[in-house]
Amino acid sequence: MTTTEYLGKPTSRVDGPAKVTGEAKYAAEFNVPNLAYGYIVSSGVTRGTIKSINAAEVEKIPGVLKVLTHENAPKTASLDRSHRDQLASTHGSPFRPLYQAELQHSLQPVALVVAETFEAARYAASLVQVEYEIAPHETDLHGSRAKAHPPKDSRTGYVPPPKKPRGTPEEAFEKAPFKVEAEYYQPAEHHNPMENFASTCVYGEDGKLTIYQKTQGVQNCQEYICSVFGLSKDEVQVISPFMGGGFGAGLRPTHELYLSVLAATALKRSVRVSMTRQQMFSFSHRPETIQDFKLAATPDGLLDSVTHTAIQESSRYEEFLETVVNWSGLVYTCPNVRLDHQLVYLDLASPADMRAPGAVTGLYGFECAIDELAYQAKLDPLAFRLKNYSEKDQNLDKLYSSKELREAYRQASEKFGWDQRPLDPRSTRRGSDLIGWGMATGCWEAMQGKAAAKAVLTPDGKLVVSSATSDIGTGTYTVMTMIAAEFSGVPIENVSFELGDSSMVYSPVEGGSWTVSSVGSAVKTVCEELKARLFKLAGKMDGAPLGDAKVEDVTFDQGEMRVTKNPVRNVTYAEALQANGLDKLELDTTELPQLVKQMTHGVYSHSAVFVEVAVDEDLGTIHVTRVVSAIAGGRILNPKTARSQIMGAIVWGISMALEEESMLDHQFGRFMNHNYAEYHVPVNADIHDIEVIFVPEHDDVVNPLGAKGLGEIGIVGVAAAVTNAVWHATGKRVRSLPVTLDKLL
Amino acid sequence: MINFSYTRAGGVAEAVREKSKANGAGRFIAGGTNLVDLLKENVERPTRIIDITRLPLTTVEEGPNGGLRLGALVSNADTAYHPEVQKRYPALARAILAGASPQLRNMATNGGNLLQRTRCYYFYDVALPCNKRVPGSGCPAIDGQNRVCGVLGTSEACIATHPSDMCVALAALEAVIRVSGPNGERTIPIADFHRLPGSTPHLETTLAADEIITAIDLPKNPYAEHSVYTKVRDRASYAFALVSVAALLELDGDTIKSARLALGGVAHKPWRLPEAEARLVGKTATKENFLPVAEALMKGATGYGHNTFKIELGKRAVVRALQLAAKGTAAVRGVNGQVAAAESVA
Ligand SMILES: Cc1cc2nc3c(=O)[nH]c(=O)nc-3n(C[C@H](O)[C@H](O)[C@H](O)COP(=O)(O)OP(=O)(O)OC[C@H]3O[C@@H](n4cnc5c(N)ncnc54)[C@H](O)[C@@H]3O)c2cc1C
Ligand code: SF4
Repeated sequence: MTTTEYLGKPTSRVDGPAKVTGEAKYAAEFNVPNLAYGYIVSSGVTRGTIKSINAAEVEKIPGVLKVLTHENAPKTASLDRSHRDQLASTHGSPFRPLYQAELQHSLQPVALVVAETFEAARYAASLVQVEYEIAPHETDLHGSRAKAHPPKDSRTGYVPPPKKPRGTPEEAFEKAPFKVEAEYYQPAEHHNPMENFASTCVYGEDGKLTIYQKTQGVQNCQEYICSVFGLSKDEVQVISPFMGGGFGAGLRPTHELYLSVLAATALKRSVRVSMTRQQMFSFSHRPETIQDFKLAATPDGLLDSVTHTAIQESSRYEEFLETVVNWSGLVYTCPNVRLDHQLVYLDLASPADMRAPGAVTGLYGFECAIDELAYQAKLDPLAFRLKNYSEKDQNLDKLYSSKELREAYRQASEKFGWDQRPLDPRSTRRGSDLIGWGMATGCWEAMQGKAAAKAVLTPDGKLVVSSATSDIGTGTYTVMTMIAAEFSGVPIENVSFELGDSSMVYSPVEGGSWTVSSVGSAVKTVCEELKARLFKLAGKMDGAPLGDAKVEDVTFDQGEMRVTKNPVRNVTYAEALQANGLDKLELDTTELPQLVKQMTHGVYSHSAVFVEVAVDEDLGTIHVTRVVSAIAGGRILNPKTARSQIMGAIVWGISMALEEESMLDHQFGRFMNHNYAEYHVPVNADIHDIEVIFVPEHDDVVNPLGAKGLGEIGIVGVAAAVTNAVWHATGKRVRSLPVTLDKLL
Repeated sequence: MINFSYTRAGGVAEAVREKSKANGAGRFIAGGTNLVDLLKENVERPTRIIDITRLPLTTVEEGPNGGLRLGALVSNADTAYHPEVQKRYPALARAILAGASPQLRNMATNGGNLLQRTRCYYFYDVALPCNKRVPGSGCPAIDGQNRVCGVLGTSEACIATHPSDMCVALAALEAVIRVSGPNGERTIPIADFHRLPGSTPHLETTLAADEIITAIDLPKNPYAEHSVYTKVRDRASYAFALVSVAALLELDGDTIKSARLALGGVAHKPWRLPEAEARLVGKTATKENFLPVAEALMKGATGYGHNTFKIELGKRAVVRALQLAAKGTAAVRGVNGQVAAAESVA
């Protein structure tokens, strides 16, 4: 495709006006008559058993309809298998709210108070008293480190590290002149999307359920509810038109969904359950991780040995698995590599995917350790990376489908002025601040999954395309509208895209940066098929308006087909429908990934991040004064939302580097800073210049659109670049996140 | 949140009367920015709420002896931007503007700020013990997550801090709190207003249960040209102080005639040590002369693990604040002479 009408042009969000006017509705805003409200009571204890709950007493409070506990909750499916959603580990026992007296983690739901009003439910919930028999728990990753073991389970998207080491990493390490042996640490972090999780379960007269749910996957929720409650798909519809941020927290069904359905079916009445901010710390989080590195380089600065071991927390009831260490075996060329991923079971809620899961963790540690090694070898960190540039994925022994990382390094470093960087730390001052420059590489896999799209064209010339995906704030509505307009030839103002309804055609959960790739490809195909059908319809028309032109001789645009070389021969889409007596033209397609092409290539997006920090020498306060990030992420479909995605991800990377930490109290096994005042994320004053560069990349392998997806790549490497810049400013290697000022005093 | 009755008081005497009726289970509500959060978390469980927002305590007026009187219900924002506060008490303006967010400062009142409660994580989490919330239940912060806790004047019962920025400046300015109760009016010097935790951390101030704060008196002072508030925190804005310092200097050339220093983020009350301040008198304003004073101020500090760094940070922050104060208030004034919200350290 050479010229484009819409793709590649900065386009404002089609749902922007709805969002700023409040017309866009979120899960807790769908009101129905006779709605009851559920309020979750959370456990104050981590392990042990519930001895008693004063449910009967609380039920006497005016307005209270029911207090559901493990003792009286209706039974749901008994087998673990029935509770596993699309993203559960293969053999785990997913958490079931109000299922048993035995406790699995702190803040888990132990009762649901259902009342006529939210206030009554909340008040009554404050009077629920739970007596526990407390048992010892383990939440300390460092303390339980000796129990680390390789994962036993598997999970969609998880790639275990190569079983055997490549080459002889130990030998190479021993004999190398430049070595780094270091341990890096990243605490648990919570997703903290702005919108709290909520579920409004509408109980229909026929007993059917319509559930307005905050989720990244309406069909995943639908399947889960059907399987857990023994319902059929036509009895359960899950709807989620908008989402106030998900970041992975909404990939899997959340507690309040289970509870709203439990209460609605028990009471035969519509029920809403929403989480409090504190309860947002009661489930998914990025797992705490300890990483050990042994890296070595040859006398001329070639990376010669990599040993990377990651020890991560998992819950005890199901293994949480993300791909952490593999990146270290592919980002640079290295003949000798050993990669190892281990888990420690702790009494915490299952961790979950969180923006760039695994990569963000693994490459944080690895890119810091590489920085240490480059300095050992007295090489500029960028020069070191270029020297060790990887031309193929050595883990898989495959060529890259496309990789413009070298160009990304060049453009970003030039923009940044990197060639002015002194090699030694503590070389630059500005007033009471030390100035440092750091960089890092980011990498994320580009994936395509199976997805479907449906197109409906009506005689008024309007096209509605739909798929059961979601828009988690990334701009899915907009980009799908653009793709549909581009490939259907319907002007964009006549195109709308619908999503977030489980009754729509199939879409995988929205995550892993694969929505544009998967759903977008299906939208493209369905729109191309639409054109083919329209052409056939034109052929059947009296007077053959397109003459004997073949489909390739015809231009489709502005809602019109016309013979390219003889434009007076033309017919509008609307006319084609009308002439054939159709009140609509409806079709759908399912698009499968280009597996063969993809299996033979390493398919990744890359980034080059350059960061400047100013560190107050006496007080240790750090400001990230400048960031330049160049992204090699395939074809950029909407530069405007793409840039927003990357900027947001960089802000989050700064957050990860300097601020975020879910603080665990091991005596109670509980995250303590469970609110926005104490769980820090950046405020405007923390964020200064951010520059985003997109490096053009052509890729026929990743998917028919050539787009790699941009949801995650922007965050990968940022924390390492910041940490490396802090070292360059101060001469201090801080090897644990977040880099707070106390670590520099 | 539990059920409570709500009354709106029409006058100070009525407010006091209503509060007395509640037998300790009543709360005044002013801006509500602290109280409502605590109600929602079930930390505060009053049965009676008395709305005082209509009381005539909303003005900033000239006080006795050339001082300034701040009404208890003047918002933090209006106080900070008041021209007389800006001119005569710039450290106070700076301290208020270093706190919370613009939205919160618009709602928050001076009386409420004095009585805001600690941000200790355990205090906020009713599932856990906390001596301040439930006397005798224990203090898990001592061996727990205590980054936000204090290092000075702590006790075995409680190591919490008073989180206010405003009060640190008030302490340095030797403000006087005016209160009204069933037996009439009285005044409490700021130094005696907040208490150390001792064995009764649930008693935070010397205000009686049926007294209301009506105003804050700021005495006349010679420090306006050399007044700073330095706040060190985990992010550039919208975070409580790890350590903060109000530093006021009266200079004669390079020589210090008198000095005031108060620390925030380190204790159950704004921390002052007049003996340490006295050591500055007659000295030149140099880093060498500031260091021993910083040492003296932090003397006897105890770290509890996550917060131990505050001892060293406190010293460095004191030195920095004194250096900035010596340079002069002008350095923190914007083009129009106004003291602006401080986003970074100084
Ligand atoms: C997210 C967040 C961040 C914040 N950050 C900061 C910060 O960085 N620095 C900082 O200093 N503060 C900060 N604050 C706290 C804020 O300054 C206080 O909440 C505010 O000053 C309280 O004032 P208010 O009028 O809203 O008090 P209210 O919440 O109305 O009352 C607080 C208490 O004072 C009592 N009270 C109020 N007025 C009177 C009176 N006249 N007489 C007797 N009793 C009275 C009430 O009964 C109640 O117990 C923050 C608050 C929040 C929510
Ligand atoms: S420090 Fe004070 S407020 Fe914090 S837990 Fe201990 S007693 Fe409670």
